[in-house]
Amino acid sequence: MNATLARPLTLWLLALPVIIAVLGLALQGLAAVNASVFFAWSYFLEVLFAGLLQGVMYALVALGFVLIFKASGIFNFAQGSLVLFAALTMVGFIEMGLHWTLAFVVTAGVMVLLAVVVERVVLRPLVNQPHIILFMATIGIFYFLDGFGQTLWGSDVKVLDIGIPKQPLFVLQGVFEGGILVNAFDLVAALVGAVLVIGLAVFFHYTRIGRALRAVADDHQAALSVGIPLKTIWAIVWSVAGIVALVAGIMWGSKAGVQFSLALIALKALPVLILGGFTSIPGAIIGGLIIGAGEQVAEVFIGPLFGGAIQDWFAYMLALVFLLFRPQGLFGEKIIERV
Amino acid sequence: MLYREAGQFKTSYGSDQAIFPIRQDQIGIALLLLVAVLGVPALAGEYWLETIFVPFLVFSLAAIGLNLLTGYCGQLSLGTGGFMACGAFFAYKLTTAFPELHVLVVFLLAGVGSAAVGVFFGIPSLRIKGFYLAVATLAAQFFLVWMFNKFDWWTNYSPSGVISAPPREVLPGIFLTGTEATPITKYLFLLGLVAVLALVAKNLTRGAIGRSWMAIRDMDIAAEIIGIRPLWAKLSAFAISSFFIGIAGALWAFVYTGSVEALAFQIDRSFQVLFMVIIGGLGSILGSFLGAAFIVLLPILLNNVPAAIGLQMSVEMVSHLEFMIFGALIIFFLIVEPHGLARLWQIGKEKLRLWPFPY
Repeated sequence: MNATLARPLTLWLLALPVIIAVLGLALQGLAAVNASVFFAWSYFLEVLFAGLLQGVMYALVALGFVLIFKASGIFNFAQGSLVLFAALTMVGFIEMGLHWTLAFVVTAGVMVLLAVVVERVVLRPLVNQPHIILFMATIGIFYFLDGFGQTLWGSDVKVLDIGIPKQPLFVLQGVFEGGILVNAFDLVAALVGAVLVIGLAVFFHYTRIGRALRAVADDHQAALSVGIPLKTIWAIVWSVAGIVALVAGIMWGSKAGVQFSLALIALKALPVLILGGFTSIPGAIIGGLIIGAGEQVAEVFIGPLFGGAIQDWFAYMLALVFLLFRPQGLFGEKIIERV
Repeated sequence: MLYREAGQFKTSYGSDQAIFPIRQDQIGIALLLLVAVLGVPALAGEYWLETIFVPFLVFSLAAIGLNLLTGYCGQLSLGTGGFMACGAFFAYKLTTAFPELHVLVVFLLAGVGSAAVGVFFGIPSLRIKGFYLAVATLAAQFFLVWMFNKFDWWTNYSPSGVISAPPREVLPGIFLTGTEATPITKYLFLLGLVAVLALVAKNLTRGAIGRSWMAIRDMDIAAEIIGIRPLWAKLSAFAISSFFIGIAGALWAFVYTGSVEALAFQIDRSFQVLFMVIIGGLGSILGSFLGAAFIVLLPILLNNVPAAIGLQMSVEMVSHLEFMIFGALIIFFLIVEPHGLARLWQIGKEKLRLWPFPY
């Protein structure tokens, strides 16, 4: 990460315990006033932790969006269906009898192929069109891939098991009575997310292609004029996004089963993007954490006041309120424009 | 040869500013309306009226509403489904609370209510634009559907969460909703209402308010410099757009399906209407109609073609293929003509003017 990001990042890390404490105290106050809200510190931390880990999963999906938006300015609505398609393909290969590592490699190859096809067939003819047209085209890709994946592999709910442990763990037993319940699977997911982000950061900063990608993200025309092949770069970005989608698909697939609803988690990634900013990879992670934790805490502690199931819209409302104060997101590029 | 404005002189400002300045267009639209009023009910069977013409008209109205906001004012919105739900549920609450109120008044009031909701959710547009705004409107979509689904006050405590339109008369003795309503009544009522509202929309876009929307769309900073207030322009666009969409939602629930639950207005509905607007043509009232016709007809065609050519397929397969073909066609259309069907029509008209001597 570069210096401009390091400062707000450390600031956030320092502020995090304070925010958690304030939130907890506020909820404790709420519980004292209203009898329908139950509150205990260990329970609160447990919910918060589960939410944070859920947030990592959102962030995995959001990463793909950010990659494509950074490099081509396209708001890729099809990221969710990429996740579904990747997971379906992976399951399909495993069912054919391949070991999961081999299936992973083959599926990654399929995703790269898909990226090249998308660049050729969809993006190239639409160069220089307004953003909304490209956005609509990605919705077209969304529909096509949903249908294609299910035609190819069938639409039953499938089980994707690559041997990630799922037993619950108890941590911090010394501090709280009984400890805090944490799912081992979520920890693995968080670890994978961290590895992925570090890998992407290294890729973006220390390789030739990474530098070219950053140049394209900065300025298309300037990048073209110094000899960076824009079309190749786009294909690479879509491939990387496809592989990120594959990782997200494996994680979501082993958690919740591979099914059609996977394509719709893309919608949950949108408020994450708003919070983090469309162009920032660390933003996607932090946005994901905030949305995941906020959503869980709100559902468990505030939800009973409204009759529950506020999970569906809470993230969007959070993003909406947030936008009014900081339109460019937490880490987005600040564009000063007054109307 | 026939389609030429040579020799048609305008002698007043009024005739110069007419919606259809060319005589052939006037004759054409008159013929079209004549066919729509007399020909369609006479020739089309009940099935056709119920499954094609009624949804087409309802969707046209929704598409016009979204087109005013997205096409003319440039504010991308994904909350269409939520605003349609507003119209449907407001109309239901109104008509069950005041049964003596005429159904047309109920629809208009439901539209006004939706407009108020639209303005509220349009407030973020003052600070953000583009895709950020689109995501912000998703908040409206999810929140509104959740609200109508969660609180059974909206459905008058019906256990299934479904609202059914109570029987209401449009003229004494002629029922528009309920079981006694005939498809012809529904069709003619819709035709009249949609024609009038489309005329209103067309005239709005030709007037001062429409010009201010387009100025905001084309370049908001320049628009503000020449004295257009972005606050008023944007919020009025949200209000009027939601008014149209709300009426469309009420019509959907009352006239088209007859009974509806909040989940019928999910995000899919928003995308469907957005597709209509984009495929029909952004910033064109005619395009809204063409786009609605395209999206309503396409699934029916896709459903019937495999059966017609004797291909045997499972229902599941057909629905997956439908998805694929739908997605592919959308991409195809965007590549071939990003400005939509309305632009094709315009090009066709230009060609027709020069035909048969294109020099």
